[in-house]
Amino acid sequence: MMVKQSGHNHSAWMILLLVVLMALPVTAFAQESADARREAFQSMPGTQPDFWRDAMQGVSGRTQSNSPGADTLIMIEGERWREIRNQWISPGGAIALGGSLAAITLFYLLVGQVKLVHPRTGKRIERWTRWDRAIHWYVASLFIILGITGLSILYAKWFLMPILPTSVWGSVMNAAKNIHNYLGPLFALGVLAMIVKWFKHNFFTMVDLKWFAKGGGIVGKAHPSAGYLNGGEKVWYWVIVTVGLTVVVSGLVLDFPNFGQTRETMQLFLIIHAVASLILMAAAFGHIYIGTLGTEGAFEGMKTGYVDESWAKQHHDLWYEEVKHKSKQ
Amino acid sequence: MARMKFLCDSERCIECNGCVTACKNANETEWGIQRRRVVTLDDGEIGKEVSISVACMHCSDAPCMAVCPTDCFYPTEDGLILHNKDTCIGCGYCLYACPFGAPQFPKQGAFGARGKMDKCTFCAGGPEEDPVIEEQKYGANRLREGKLPLCAEMCSTKALLAGDAADVADIFRERVVYRGHRNSAWSSVEHEASDAEQLAKSAADLAYDATQSV
Repeated sequence: MMVKQSGHNHSAWMILLLVVLMALPVTAFAQESADARREAFQSMPGTQPDFWRDAMQGVSGRTQSNSPGADTLIMIEGERWREIRNQWISPGGAIALGGSLAAITLFYLLVGQVKLVHPRTGKRIERWTRWDRAIHWYVASLFIILGITGLSILYAKWFLMPILPTSVWGSVMNAAKNIHNYLGPLFALGVLAMIVKWFKHNFFTMVDLKWFAKGGGIVGKAHPSAGYLNGGEKVWYWVIVTVGLTVVVSGLVLDFPNFGQTRETMQLFLIIHAVASLILMAAAFGHIYIGTLGTEGAFEGMKTGYVDESWAKQHHDLWYEEVKHKSKQ
Repeated sequence: MARMKFLCDSERCIECNGCVTACKNANETEWGIQRRRVVTLDDGEIGKEVSISVACMHCSDAPCMAVCPTDCFYPTEDGLILHNKDTCIGCGYCLYACPFGAPQFPKQGAFGARGKMDKCTFCAGGPEEDPVIEEQKYGANRLREGKLPLCAEMCSTKALLAGDAADVADIFRERVVYRGHRNSAWSSVEHEASDAEQLAKSAADLAYDATQSV
């Protein structure tokens, strides 16, 4: 009931957030790319053309310095990385996240919440065990914290920095970085546990194919059949397996820079990490919407572990039959 | 205001690492932090070996500044790129973007976590009111004392020049004119090349004198 009443406020807030997010990357477009060539040419004149060709191709020489990559005079990949990060990932991520929020808002306004067709029977069926819920909320809370701190590292300088005193800004960002770096490996463990725990439920069957063909019941009135997990939930599982593990693995490479990773390696993994996590976040918005506001009776399943009989019958009829059959034995 | 720049004359650099030592001494940087380095390409190959002293170039459009998540970099009136260690979070992005490998990180934390970034300040210190704290955090502020970076001042062959870009460029241009460039129009004729060498010798002294005026 609460949800229904606050529905309009909620969507208005999401639209506002969307507008803010979309406006952010505009400033990023304005930058022109650096010119290492010009800088170097001004400060290292009088050299032979051969030398220039070598230096500009990033040829390594000899040096007494032990810093990473010190033997290379000019690391040419840096500018490309800057361009990819500032010109593509920053605005692209904002568009992906904003687009996801916009699509969800639009969907909510047009279709609204998926209601229970039949009134609740009051009979409750266990759907998620204590273990399931522990893993889910462990991963979910870490995901939100890592998401906020990670987005701060990508975007906060555009909106948080102008409103905070420098000292507070420094502490906030230091905290964000440390929280992100220390919770990352704990998130990795959770994701692994989740993947292992729910692996057996997530093989696609013909039932899922029909479920997809009917658009998961979103389009039209008839609700397609589904087992314990429907096609959409399985897709989300495999998104976590592929994109989620990509985020986790790339994050671990970045988190422990003490294994002699080169600058080029770190650049590559930063790009992978940013792209994969932005995709995951955009997808997670959809998951959060469907699990809370979008479907009546879904959230209580992950909150209490139990769902109402009529919810089970409506959304997971094959699973419901299975449970009913088992309880009769 | 001036536009400060370094210039390294590769024809003169003898890879003595005097600039590196001078920098280390002037700024008392942490163990493992080397703000300036000398890179030698084609080491040991006669006629091809070239050495260049390199540190932060104080770029006009600085990549470090563009990618910094906390925007801790700022340009000064002199065209230098300095940074605030209080807002630096040690993420290393500046190191990944910098073409010249200028940003340095002390390994302070657990699991290889980086400390606050350190780099060449053109001996201009950093954003700190108290000069004592400024020196501890950022190293020397020789510019405030009317001096130039110690690396350039101590360069034994005056290969490394530092100062206003226009002045430094003038000195170098003068050197090139007297030295003669191997690829320039007249020096391709052999007997004129030896004349050019004679000229270059006297020009070297002239260029040296030019640097003494700063």
